[in-house]
Amino acid sequence: MEKPNPNIKMWQGNVACAEGALAAGCRFFAGYPITPSSEIAEVLSRRLPMFGGKFIQMEDEIGAMGATIGASLGGVKAMTATSGPGFSLKQENLGFAAMAEVPCVIINVQRGGPSTGLPTHAAQGELMQARWGTHGDHPIIVLSPCSVRETYDMTVKAFNLSEKYRTPVILLSDEIVGHLTEKVEVPPIEELGLINRKKPTVSPDKYLPYEMDETDIPAMANFGEGYRYHVTGLAHDETGFPTNDPLKIEAQLERLNRKIDRYRDDIVEIETLYTDDAEILVISFGSTARSARRAVANARKNGTKAGLLRQKTVWPMPYREIEAIGANVKRIIVAEMNLGQLAHEVEWAVRRSKPVVRVNKINGEPITPKEIYNSIVIKE
Amino acid sequence: MVMKKFPKITINEQWCKSCEICVEFCPKKVFDMGRFYPVVARPEDCIDCKLCEKLCPDFAITVTSPKET
Amino acid sequence: MDYLQYLRLDKMPHIWCDGCGHGIILKSILRTIDKLGWDKNDIAMVSGIGCSGRTPGYVDFNTLHTTHGRALAFATGLKIAKPKLHVIVVSGDGDAAAIGGNHFIHAARRNIDITMIIYNNYIYGMTGGQVSPTTPSGKKASTAPYGNPDMAFDISRLAQAAGAAYVARSTVYHVGRTDKYIEQALKKTGFSVVEILTPCPTSYGRQNKEGTAVDMMMYQKSNSVSIERAKKMSEEELEGKIITGVFVDKEQECYLSRYNEIVKRAQSIK
Repeated sequence: MEKPNPNIKMWQGNVACAEGALAAGCRFFAGYPITPSSEIAEVLSRRLPMFGGKFIQMEDEIGAMGATIGASLGGVKAMTATSGPGFSLKQENLGFAAMAEVPCVIINVQRGGPSTGLPTHAAQGELMQARWGTHGDHPIIVLSPCSVRETYDMTVKAFNLSEKYRTPVILLSDEIVGHLTEKVEVPPIEELGLINRKKPTVSPDKYLPYEMDETDIPAMANFGEGYRYHVTGLAHDETGFPTNDPLKIEAQLERLNRKIDRYRDDIVEIETLYTDDAEILVISFGSTARSARRAVANARKNGTKAGLLRQKTVWPMPYREIEAIGANVKRIIVAEMNLGQLAHEVEWAVRRSKPVVRVNKINGEPITPKEIYNSIVIKE
Repeated sequence: MVMKKFPKITINEQWCKSCEICVEFCPKKVFDMGRFYPVVARPEDCIDCKLCEKLCPDFAITVTSPKET
Repeated sequence: MDYLQYLRLDKMPHIWCDGCGHGIILKSILRTIDKLGWDKNDIAMVSGIGCSGRTPGYVDFNTLHTTHGRALAFATGLKIAKPKLHVIVVSGDGDAAAIGGNHFIHAARRNIDITMIIYNNYIYGMTGGQVSPTTPSGKKASTAPYGNPDMAFDISRLAQAAGAAYVARSTVYHVGRTDKYIEQALKKTGFSVVEILTPCPTSYGRQNKEGTAVDMMMYQKSNSVSIERAKKMSEEELEGKIITGVFVDKEQECYLSRYNEIVKRAQSIK
């Protein structure tokens, strides 16, 4: 009998997320139970200590976000996971992580909203909250997986981007992807290209935790390693101490927001299918993109020139790619489990130069391939 | 004649906020309140208890014991 | 001792008002650290928002000024990630008992090895003198112009009930006792709390006509009662009194020690 390949797993999306985090070097997780993300906490409560890592179930979502940031400052790759209502609660400290430039990963397995909404059903209503949930202009990276294997890969990528750019990174999953079970071939760890934060090379007395250098990404010292510096959510200067000097505040906040924009080509990833000669372009992300892919394939079989643009990176929004690919099509269809949060961005990207048709659903049921197909083949 | 040694009390007027805690709580009433800042009016009465230093919220008072000088 | 070696001198003088007791508490903390001989690199001071929240900015440690009420949450992650750090949380009464109340009771329950110094001045000073969870009933605040309708929290009793390993209360006037309690707290393995009553002459004192900082410290001097003496007093006699002393001092296994056992068990399965 053939020996089973130990690298082939039947994993649920949430399990793949937990395993991806471990592979990425995550050694701290703080969470709070919430459907449909709880499996991530459950798996990590069992698995993290096996690697000498630490798991803690905090008293609330806010505390879980705070502990995640604290652990990262201590030099450990740290993560938290949640869903809609919990994601709302995390926004305050998420803003702190962005402002103080503390790497960390936040998993949001989206469920139906608003409020308590539909705990066991999928939605994609947090596209905007993921970008603008916390107050003030801030940088953020948001990735959205559409399969179990991609959940694994993107969790690794989330850690890598977070460490590289000193920023919180959100993995915007949803109930369907989170609870889907698929075959996963786990890649060897050498292939993951793990990235660790840039550490200071200068002596402690010369260290500037928010230095304005040519990279826009300051080196980060971990607490307790000889660099005694100050971290605050207040507007601060290069030294990390609060300032009211408008020029210094402006310089820091502009760098903060610029650092993701200028590296957007390194961050943004999209998948395209039949877009070269497409007349109708379907744009989607997350679990809905699975239906979109099927709908586009069926349309092609029936002779309709449909194409797909799937956003693997949700934020920064791939405006340029949408504009370029969208330029040659007659019509764009945006399929998403909300009332048009992405469609609005797409309309902006193509400057309203052509019809952007919305395929939306917010009743907890997935958007089916047929629903998208019908809107592809409809005669104008 | 041997001079009696007593502690040296210095007040950093850049940091002092004139709360008068030192003036009030010195057990030997060494300080008087001046026009803006406390003054060490009776240094010879100081018993080196350092209470003024400990109670000064502004890190403005330093008491140096005679042996330390 | 030389306090200046622990200060970030370019940040001084500090922002606290004249007569604010926060500086007195900070001095007690620094004196105790100096006595214990701890390396500055091994100390992390974490705070939330408010007057107390500004403390870490002035001291030359690893310092973290977090969001309102969340200092303990950040500190919990930091301590778990880097157990060698001595993690000291400084907090005000609003920070600890209102917005951060949940983190407070759970840190105590968890018995994580963190020392929390609570600056209790009965008021939200930084935001302009609003009523806090420790403002005594009937006292005035900018959001309690007719007198506080609420009952006040007893922070030390709360910490005791929640399971902290060490709890003590002192006042800034009783500086010798404060030093002793902070030392015992810092040495304690587990969650330790020292609540220190500190005058806020600018907001609380003015609104309640309690006079200057000196007057408010005089009140502390003449109205403090030790736990032992308080036990023999009636409720009427204790009205308006400040009960000081060590409420809890017990040995119990701390969170990290229990978690290290979990790591061992998990690794033996593998």
